[in-house]
Amino acid sequence: MSAPSPPSTSAAARAVLAKELRLERRAPQTLVAMALFSAMTYVVFHFALRRDTVEGDLASGVLWVTLTLAALLGIGRLFVADRDEGGLEGFLLAPVDRTALLFAKAGALLTFLVALELVAVPLFAVLLLGPTPGPGTWLRLLAVLLLADVGVAVVGTLVAAIAVQTRARDLITSILALPLLLPVVIAAARASAPLLALHGDHALTGRWPAVLGLYDLVFGLLAYALFDFLVED
Amino acid sequence: MSDKLPTNGGYVAAAYLVFLAVLLVYFAIMATRASRLERELSEVNRLVDEAVEGTTADPAAPDAEPVSTGGEA
Amino acid sequence: MPTSRKLYGTRLRVLSILTAVVLTGGFALAAFYAPIEADQGFSQKIFYLHVPLAIVSLCGFIFGGICAIQYLRTNDPRHDLRAYTAIHQSLIFCAAALVTGSIWAKAAWGQWWVWDEPTLVSFLIVFLLYATYQPLRFSIEDPEKQSRYAAVFAIVAGAFVPLNFLAVRLANPLIHPRVLNSSGGSLPGDMKVAFYTCVVGMALLFVTLWKYEMTAKHNRAQLRSLKRKLGGPDAAAIRGRSAAPRVSAS
Repeated sequence: MSAPSPPSTSAAARAVLAKELRLERRAPQTLVAMALFSAMTYVVFHFALRRDTVEGDLASGVLWVTLTLAALLGIGRLFVADRDEGGLEGFLLAPVDRTALLFAKAGALLTFLVALELVAVPLFAVLLLGPTPGPGTWLRLLAVLLLADVGVAVVGTLVAAIAVQTRARDLITSILALPLLLPVVIAAARASAPLLALHGDHALTGRWPAVLGLYDLVFGLLAYALFDFLVED
Repeated sequence: MSDKLPTNGGYVAAAYLVFLAVLLVYFAIMATRASRLERELSEVNRLVDEAVEGTTADPAAPDAEPVSTGGEA
Repeated sequence: MPTSRKLYGTRLRVLSILTAVVLTGGFALAAFYAPIEADQGFSQKIFYLHVPLAIVSLCGFIFGGICAIQYLRTNDPRHDLRAYTAIHQSLIFCAAALVTGSIWAKAAWGQWWVWDEPTLVSFLIVFLLYATYQPLRFSIEDPEKQSRYAAVFAIVAGAFVPLNFLAVRLANPLIHPRVLNSSGGSLPGDMKVAFYTCVVGMALLFVTLWKYEMTAKHNRAQLRSLKRKLGGPDAAAIRGRSAAPRVSAS
């Protein structure tokens, strides 16, 4: 009599991802905090900059600072529940590939980021943004956001997996994630600056999505290669 | 030709001084380590002495003598 | 415990003398042989210190990353110690490169910091990233886990360095004359000789200090194991948590 074959990596990843999303749906915690945080950051920016509307470079800077810091909140929470409740041990006992956890967690973080941006970006357009972008500009901005989100999700998962094992978890998350995410911030902010400008053709310079794509690719492969070492024992 | 340019000699000297200072700080760190190593070595030396005296309790063992002096110039 | 298989102190004396000769020679060439640069005058002499420091610290970071890969492959703590020492030392070189770069910026452009010099900005970011290596190690208690996580960090950071340089370089239009050109391609011949001598000297200095550091750590580990064999109080036990890798005497 043979033992039942273990679930495939994708099935395991889907199961863990579903668990993450169900957890967040039943007891919304991270997403609410991220959205509230971004709204408050806009208010802070309004007073700190003494501006009613922003556009161009400034708008892009405000948007990406807010999104990056909000993402840090999500990254900080990513593995905490599993660590505190022993979910990590449970996963390690299961006869599945460890990489499934990477896929699931990166997927969860990506979902959180997209959900956050569904709230935070329209809010930004209402509260602070000077020009009202047309549909074509929105589409280009969406592409930049998605490319950046993939990079943030991958690197964020890696950082979260490292930081959750440390004592000074929150400190390590911030000081580790911010420099690592800097290329994403540079590329995304530069790419979206002309999109949010008051005048001009709202064109997307091709090299910035290319940098984002390269970043996603390199760190995706690295995370795939290295994640096993982070969830041993 | 070069006499028209600002010499800025002070900055060049400052840059090389920074380099020198870093090296000297490193010397200081290594000095503390060396003294700690010395202290531990003398302690090990003392432990060896005690061990030797313990095993050869009779005074007929001449080997114990040179070890116990231990100190170097 | 078997006696040590590898001694880091061998050839250290030859290396030290070689470093002293080459680095002093390089600086002497820079000071007396290389011509005064027409654009910046005498302040360009910082170039012979700043750029070798920068190049060597980058190579040190990459070396640390390679050692970290070796550690993950073999699980041999000596590779972790190598990576730790290399990254630690590169960080100090990197800081020195930043300070000398800042002094150079003041001498050449009148400001202590210029944001449109991509190489300098990239260096700041790399410095900030690697500066988290030590706090990261320090906040993980389990030594084996500490080594493993530090190795993962070292590899990720190693891959980050070129991407970061690319992003920062693209973000800045090139305004300033590129004396910082690290390939040395635009240098006249006699400057090139002095520059390459300085680079080699600085690399030798890095290797010498690295070996010196490894010897010191190895000595301590051997001494500690000797002490333990003699039944003395274990100094390591009371020292508590440490960011440095735990070394065995082998």
